[in-house]
Amino acid sequence: MDLSVFERRSDHEWVSPARGRMRVPVVIYASRELMQAMDAKVLEQAANVAALPGIVQASYAMPDAHWGYGFPIGGVAAFDPDEGVVSAGGVGFDISCGVRTLLTGLRREDIVRVQARLADTLYARIPAGVGSTGELRLSAAEMDAMLKGGAHWAVGRGYGDEADLARTEERGTMRGADPKAVSEQARKRQRDEMGTLGSGNHYLEVQHVAEVFDARIAADYGIAAGDVVVSIHCGSRGLGHQIGTEFLKEMAIAARAAGIDLPDRELACAPLASALGRRYLGAMRAAINCALANRQILTHLTRAAFREVLPEARLPLLYDVSHNTCKEETHEVAGRRRRLFVHRKGATRAFGPGHAELPPEFREAGQPVLIGGSMGTGSYILAGLATGMERAFGSACHGAGRAMSRHEATRRWQGRAIVDELASRGILVRSPSLRGVAEEAPLAYKDVSAVVDAADAAGLARKVARLEPLVCVKG
Amino acid sequence: MAVRWEHFRHEADIGVRGLGPTREAAFEQAALALTAVIADPERVAPQRAVRIACSAPDDALLFCDWLNALIYEMATRHMLFARFEVRIGDGRLDADAWGEPVDVRKHRPAVEIKGATYAELDVRRLPDGSWLAQCVVDV
Repeated sequence: MDLSVFERRSDHEWVSPARGRMRVPVVIYASRELMQAMDAKVLEQAANVAALPGIVQASYAMPDAHWGYGFPIGGVAAFDPDEGVVSAGGVGFDISCGVRTLLTGLRREDIVRVQARLADTLYARIPAGVGSTGELRLSAAEMDAMLKGGAHWAVGRGYGDEADLARTEERGTMRGADPKAVSEQARKRQRDEMGTLGSGNHYLEVQHVAEVFDARIAADYGIAAGDVVVSIHCGSRGLGHQIGTEFLKEMAIAARAAGIDLPDRELACAPLASALGRRYLGAMRAAINCALANRQILTHLTRAAFREVLPEARLPLLYDVSHNTCKEETHEVAGRRRRLFVHRKGATRAFGPGHAELPPEFREAGQPVLIGGSMGTGSYILAGLATGMERAFGSACHGAGRAMSRHEATRRWQGRAIVDELASRGILVRSPSLRGVAEEAPLAYKDVSAVVDAADAAGLARKVARLEPLVCVKG
Repeated sequence: MAVRWEHFRHEADIGVRGLGPTREAAFEQAALALTAVIADPERVAPQRAVRIACSAPDDALLFCDWLNALIYEMATRHMLFARFEVRIGDGRLDADAWGEPVDVRKHRPAVEIKGATYAELDVRRLPDGSWLAQCVVDV
């Protein structure tokens, strides 16, 4: 990307001033190297977001930002409740896609002796890949209860523990969900997908803590070097995809009638104060609950698999974060507390120390920010910072971001060779699709370490620990 | 005039493009490109037909609707499709899609598709008179 259009406010903060139709500037948080490697489309898309009505302060892009649709992936934008909009494109198709990490109380050496059996058991228990189905079938009334209750509903049905809820964003239930706003098609698409992982970049990994950067916060989070954790990356499955699809079309058609001139159709949005905007918020929040319930059921299945292989293990939840959402939050803007609707598209919420939303045991440390990497390079746990609250409405990066297309990845690598190479490094991959493995090859992703280093240096979130995979179940 | 499909590059996802002598043919070819994101269309047998209908205020939205209808049918019927017959008139599309249930061993599906996006969305007549239909799909 051409860096000459930016004013460099600090080492990791690049500002493109408002011009033309932009109502606010674009601010990108990244190192010079990441900026140089970033696609020029990121600035173009972030500038389009900056032109939407009611946007507040700036259109932000995180260090892992890449070319998305409408919003850049890694985009953050907040809107005024009266003047602003909510955008189905700004949340995306995989509503409330996110990561949850479970502690295990186990050490790496405990896993190594049963690693293959654990991999096989998890693979047998966790429905993964195209066309896989869960065991659960919901009646219409149960579907409504799930869409209203989220993880809370799942725990009530025996999937997990009460204690899990306090360690989930929104305490496991997104308020304001409106099941009536969820179409029959969306419900049908979810019919047999509860408790499924999906495919693409979704995964379940058993990981060990390879490196600790902040021992005090790591202790608050209950992790130390050599510990084993389990991370689950997936979203709201077919229900969320269908809601995204339907509202994108409805908003694209209605935008013109509402007098919103879209710079890009994919930015389809509706005024927050309109009936369509409110209906979307109700449906999107129901999809957030679907994602929370889905990850809660997968947690239950994971615990059952561990019980078979390592009966002594208990798997409490460290935390659950979502990275495709629009949430109503209160932030300080120019010295004034304001209620805002914050879109995070491929960006993780990262609330700093003392935030009321955090469980008491994390109030001092800040929110755990769970960053997924690729199969071979590892993942990170970060902590929210007070500076991040000011810099991007309490947001940070969400992952490595792809470095090349799926087609290019399959041209370069064979799935079998990747599985064998990772096995030789002590990482066992289980997947129904070797082509899927090739498309998700470690080198098809950017260097996640550079991304989290930039997030840390930019003051968005603090590095706490680096995780390396031992087992990867890939859809 | 060539009838063909292809994929095009998108940083995070993948673009599907259909080309043909008519708008209908371009839509049919793009549907093959959609199947090819998931599995090799050559491995999919056109065993039974599913009827699809959608409508939209313009060609571009209609194209996106067509792909989204296929994505919906694939997801809810657990099927893959390999042959298509599209009819378009008055902002309305009617089609038959032939395929078979997903068989993981036979089709080796790589990835499911979440939705067809408006990114790089384009339906137009090319200077040689043929038609192009394309967009990025989210996987």
